Amino acid sequence: MTPQGNLMVLATVTAGRESELRTLLASMNRQPGVVDPDNALVPFRRLDRIHFARFVILDDRTLDDITIYKLPRVDYPLSVAFIADFDGPQNSFIDELERIAGSGLARIFACCGFGGGDLKAWMKEHRTKPAANYVNTVGRTMLEVREEAALRDFICTYLRGAGAPVVAKMTPAQVRKTLRELVKSSGIKLTPPAPTPIGWRISQLINFITGLLFIPLAILFLPILIPLGIIYLIILRLHETTDAEVDRRAAPDVQRKLAEIEDHDVANQFSAMGSLKPGWFRLLNISIGLVVINWTARHIFTRGHLGRVQTIHFARWVYLNDRKRLYFASNYDGSLDSYMDDFINKVGFGLNLVFSNGIGYPRTNYLVFDGAKDEQKFKRYIRRHQLPTEVWYDAHPGRTAVDLARNTRIREGLERSSMSDADTRQWLQLF
Amino acid sequence: MPSAIDKSDVQGLVRTAFNDMIEARFHAVEIIDVTSARAWLQSVLALVNNSVAPKEGGDPAQKERALQLAFSWSGLRKLGVPAGTADGFSLEFQSGMSGEANRSRRLGDVGGDAPEQWKWGGPNNVADLVVMIYKIDNLAAWETEVQGPLWSKAFREVTQPLDTSHLDNDIEPFGFKDGLSQPKVDWALSRKAKREEFDFGNLITAGEFLLGYPNEYNKLTERPTVAEKEDPNRILMPAEGAPGRRDFGLNGTYLVFRDLTQDVRGLWQFLDKQSAGDRDARLQLGALAVGRTTKGDPLVPLSEKPIAGIEPKEEKDNRFTYDSDPTGTRCPIGAHIRRANPRVADMPSDTKGFFKRALRLLGFGAPRPDDDLVSSVRFHRVLRRGREYGPELKPDDAVKQTTPDGIPRGLRFICLNANITRQFEFVQQAWSMGTKFAGLTEQSDPLLGNRTAINGCLTTATFTVPQDTGLARCIEGVPQFVSLRGGGYFFLPSIRALRYIASLP
Repeated sequence: MTPQGNLMVLATVTAGRESELRTLLASMNRQPGVVDPDNALVPFRRLDRIHFARFVILDDRTLDDITIYKLPRVDYPLSVAFIADFDGPQNSFIDELERIAGSGLARIFACCGFGGGDLKAWMKEHRTKPAANYVNTVGRTMLEVREEAALRDFICTYLRGAGAPVVAKMTPAQVRKTLRELVKSSGIKLTPPAPTPIGWRISQLINFITGLLFIPLAILFLPILIPLGIIYLIILRLHETTDAEVDRRAAPDVQRKLAEIEDHDVANQFSAMGSLKPGWFRLLNISIGLVVINWTARHIFTRGHLGRVQTIHFARWVYLNDRKRLYFASNYDGSLDSYMDDFINKVGFGLNLVFSNGIGYPRTNYLVFDGAKDEQKFKRYIRRHQLPTEVWYDAHPGRTAVDLARNTRIREGLERSSMSDADTRQWLQLF
Repeated sequence: MPSAIDKSDVQGLVRTAFNDMIEARFHAVEIIDVTSARAWLQSVLALVNNSVAPKEGGDPAQKERALQLAFSWSGLRKLGVPAGTADGFSLEFQSGMSGEANRSRRLGDVGGDAPEQWKWGGPNNVADLVVMIYKIDNLAAWETEVQGPLWSKAFREVTQPLDTSHLDNDIEPFGFKDGLSQPKVDWALSRKAKREEFDFGNLITAGEFLLGYPNEYNKLTERPTVAEKEDPNRILMPAEGAPGRRDFGLNGTYLVFRDLTQDVRGLWQFLDKQSAGDRDARLQLGALAVGRTTKGDPLVPLSEKPIAGIEPKEEKDNRFTYDSDPTGTRCPIGAHIRRANPRVADMPSDTKGFFKRALRLLGFGAPRPDDDLVSSVRFHRVLRRGREYGPELKPDDAVKQTTPDGIPRGLRFICLNANITRQFEFVQQAWSMGTKFAGLTEQSDPLLGNRTAINGCLTTATFTVPQDTGLARCIEGVPQFVSLRGGGYFFLPSIRALRYIASLP
């Protein structure tokens, strides 16, 4: 298995070069929200390890919000991020990036302080690690996605065309046998997974055990943790009952711009940022929250769902400016409103855990309750913090995470040497 | 929070579709003279039906005729409704159904159904208001009385009057019994929505259909208010939770109008072809596409337990969920009514007990891989209030019709909801038009779908009928049967708000 890697290059936009940068980024799109996968700057299609990639200008329009804490507004310099989720290790991906898109990236990053020279070294210097990262299905490579999609389309085309009369009178087992033979003789490639890198396995194991260690430790320190917990709760309630909400709609023109680039594909991009509530308590809160999310995403939510949500392909949480601010990015299926509804109804508690530490978030109770359940306030909060993603690439347009999972099950079923009748019927229902 | 709903302040369409009044005509108009329009509004105020049922002491005249008025954002602005209401009116209402390319993409209003192609409601002929006129018989006289002398001075019709027809046995043009399933509105304000509801219920909080009352999140949906000084005659009620403001939205709701044509001949001839000319097979396939037989019988067995908000008299039509049919072998997952109302609760139906609940909450323990893909239904209900138009064309005759008779048939689809995006738009986009609904792919609603191609998908024109034996029966090349000719987003004000609009200087 080849685990996915990720990269985020974050750089400050040189003063006076913002509009040049925006023009360059826009030139990669056929129309706003629709990238040309063969564009001259970063020909994404040739970077065939990529699942999703984006360029986003981190232009936070909510910087005034901090004034509700009687703190002065801080004007952070404008920055731009290039983000990619891909197969395999980061270093070799950066090599590929430089080889295939080096000149285009150099032009883009020239607006952000890249003065020529070693682009790879510059990108590595400007890497930012996510505090938490989520991958829908760990180890499902783009090669697998492509091969399985081709397999599924091939079988469906057969079953709906020439094959329809052939299989009409067959038993499920005979249909499966026919399909197996057909696929075998068709030359469709189903590459076996590469061996799992040993280094990755070891780091996973260490991380897993480290996480688990907290359980015996917690039991050991229970006598201390209980009073600490009570103190924590008191402080939490003090914050929750006094933290002010910022409940405003995003400006209509911003909302229009966001909408303009959405819903061109069955999947969508989401980018948002905001400032964290000041003070050590909220910082502690979110730090723990993100460590928990990252750990569970690495070890528990690795097979197609984050909590009950099955529509997120990749997501990341990134601290900015010394943990004063947080950036969130995701690639999800459906439209933003259904995504938000899904979030509110299915993982509202998880959202609250993290985002309630952001300034202005709808009021939570005991960290996980309410908050997002204040539906319209939450949706306004989301829209207001959302950033237009200037360029967004989806390597498998028209296919949702559920589609990819189905295709994997089709392949697994096809490759199994034997199958019970009940399983065969279920497998055939996938087509 | 308000303790009771003043039904005399709510337009009657919220309570009823006026089905006893079998004659109805809708006028979509543009205001050409504001003073006359306001004077006309003054003249008809007393004629607008409210939601007090005749048996509850309502005006007996209201049993025989009805008038309802709904305004688009442009109409309200022309009539002088204060600009500050923009802060409370939803953005989708202000933008309108045809106002943004993104909205059209999401609703499936593209290609031949794009707003530029509409007869009315498109970018150049948005209606300022719709005037809905109903009568038990002799509609014309009532219509003349409603229109009065000011009509033609005040308004220009953006399209010819939208006629309706009454088809016997409550069928819609395709020949299926219609209007069987509606949410039951909690007029008594007795329902307090819980954080998590484990059972599908049909009793829905009033706030989902009426502004000013708690919705299914137990919150008040955002609504327009005006400053006190903008309501000097104190026509409106004080706005709860907004000191110094008066409530323009209270007891009002949003009305979505979609003027649909239905290709009755096209549907039945396609079904006939798929059934090799066999009448029973054709009807059966039609039932699978709709999710009910032409007579309205559901395709899945009735639930053993009663369902909240399903009255005894409608139990045979509506006491069911799809829990007994997770794979869709009885009622296809993609069937029209299963898409429009998947009948699921907040949590999967097998969520019983603390441990199981915790497991499911984290997304584990699903009995099937494609389980738990559909959003909880209670946040996505609408009250349907549409009317058919065109003469009946029976399925058997539609099959025989060699050339189209050229007579338009269809549905003036109307629905009411407090939050257009979360309710109507969600159902339309994620469920009806969604090619990926509930883990399906390459298909949209067998009746409503526009079959528009999607990048990366082989097709969007299939309809699959899952089979217990394995491979689904796959119907391919399903044509488009329903197209959109016009429409808009409107606001159905309370009676007070109507008086307020009429009184504006």
